[in-house]
Amino acid sequence: MALERCEVEKIAHLARLGLNESDLPRTTETLNNILGLIDRMQAVDTTGVEPLAHPLEATQRLRADQVTETNHRDEYQAIAPAVENGLYLVPKVIE
Amino acid sequence: MHRLTLAQIARGLAAKDFSAVELSDALLARIGQLDPQLNSFITVTAEQARSQAQAADARRAAGENGALLGAPIAHKDLFCTQGVLTTCGSKILHNFKAPYDATVVAKLAAAGAVSLGKLNMDEFAMGSANESSHFGAVKNPWDTSRVPGGSSGGSAAAVAAGLVPAATGTDTGGSIRQPAALTNLTGIKPTYGRVSRWGMIAYASSLDQGGPLARTAEDCALMLGAIAGFDPKDSTCVDAPVDDYLATLNQPLAGLRIGLPKEYFGTGLDSRIADAVLAVVEQLKKLGATVKDISLPNLQHAIPAYYVIAPAEASSNLSRFDGVRFGYRCENPVNLEDLYKRSRGEGFGAEVKRRIMVGTYALSAGYYDAYYLKAQKIRRLIKNDFVGAFGEVDVILGPTTPNLAWKLGEKNADPVSAYLEDIYTITANLAGIPGLSMPAGFVDGLPVGVQLLAPYFQEARLLNVAHQYQQVTDWHTRTPAGF
Repeated sequence: MALERCEVEKIAHLARLGLNESDLPRTTETLNNILGLIDRMQAVDTTGVEPLAHPLEATQRLRADQVTETNHRDEYQAIAPAVENGLYLVPKVIE
Repeated sequence: MHRLTLAQIARGLAAKDFSAVELSDALLARIGQLDPQLNSFITVTAEQARSQAQAADARRAAGENGALLGAPIAHKDLFCTQGVLTTCGSKILHNFKAPYDATVVAKLAAAGAVSLGKLNMDEFAMGSANESSHFGAVKNPWDTSRVPGGSSGGSAAAVAAGLVPAATGTDTGGSIRQPAALTNLTGIKPTYGRVSRWGMIAYASSLDQGGPLARTAEDCALMLGAIAGFDPKDSTCVDAPVDDYLATLNQPLAGLRIGLPKEYFGTGLDSRIADAVLAVVEQLKKLGATVKDISLPNLQHAIPAYYVIAPAEASSNLSRFDGVRFGYRCENPVNLEDLYKRSRGEGFGAEVKRRIMVGTYALSAGYYDAYYLKAQKIRRLIKNDFVGAFGEVDVILGPTTPNLAWKLGEKNADPVSAYLEDIYTITANLAGIPGLSMPAGFVDGLPVGVQLLAPYFQEARLLNVAHQYQQVTDWHTRTPAGF
């Protein structure tokens, strides 16, 4: 199943990736080549096979419900693109 | 001095043949002189290295004698280093100074290792040639018109060229073993969960694992011993005792059962590489090993499954790079969506965007079962192949790569052709087992690597086999002309 250009635009939107108009034909072609490779999976008989999510089939470890994190706001905000009064700044969200 | 292994450096420092400061100064000078030909470093931390070396010399003067105390190393630039640029080879992190150290970085620093800097890599570890870095391609010291492999290509080139005796790397589909093979090094990808991933910028979280690249198996044992072990900060790190990797290096190989998977010697493999690999087998037989033909029938399905699982996990992991809290932000965003889209569109390179899109598609509504779930089922088939094989043999041996180091730019036009280069290495990541690549000779002056795979947590066995092989061969001591 080959992706059309409009589907590639939709995927890019879902991933919040700005693509150049001029890149779209090439991107569409490359993605279709990759999906062609991936589609070879469909020929494999996996009837009755349980999916493997973790190589060691481990489950999430639990820990005591205690506060262990300390406050690093100043260090973290020192490397932010735009902050003011301890807040991260982004363009206006609500018109 | 630049040809010394970590083990030799430990002896030299203990005998006061040289100081840690003298050693790191000599290597920093070499980096300044030679790295312009290779582009293996993104950041050189000369000042920090000098103060770490001075501290190591002081600790030795006070009677300490750790194996890595004063040993120079360098880190792949996806390990977070506090206050030091950590770019992951990407424009989107071109200005990111990590606010903390990765566990691997902290453990090596505590052992007294001296970090000389941060090494170039494929952007977000996505590549097999180290050509997708925002900071430019890395050259292979064995032939600077060729790639060093990837994604830990800077680590491989720097160690092979004698700029540093050992380096950290990470391996999601072969990114330690493949560059080690293409540059005549020994590199080991540990069992999934053996080494903490905390502070390691994530690519595919169920596959990623950190490990060392060095010139000998003994040096890999030294490094791995320092970085392996439980870390409560990584929820997938395994709480199990770490073997003494040095203690078992000298065990004889008599009775070792080696499996040769027929699928690793089929079409697509350069026959000259096959010959070099079979010569290694003959040498190991002389050391007492026995050989058995085995089959890993699902090998051919590994690439499609990998190129679903890895991009799917990457598309999720890389959503954190949004231009809001750190890293690159586009100029003059008109609204929040524009900020996200342009920061990411301008900040990520072409290969990273491709993988994010493949992953986004595979995880999107209606496609999850056909792609991600299907790939995870194939993942179990691949694991089952190994579990079956390890019922009959102790280690599995084959080529690390199907081809020799290729020319810069040769595979850039067609990403799928580059993906196929990962065929022999990705199964270890999908199954989570440890894998090692070691030097196996040369074809046309270019290094060939042989890969050894072992059951879960048997890193010591891999290092033992490689070390024994390196006691009776000298491929690993060869160095590239001009370096």
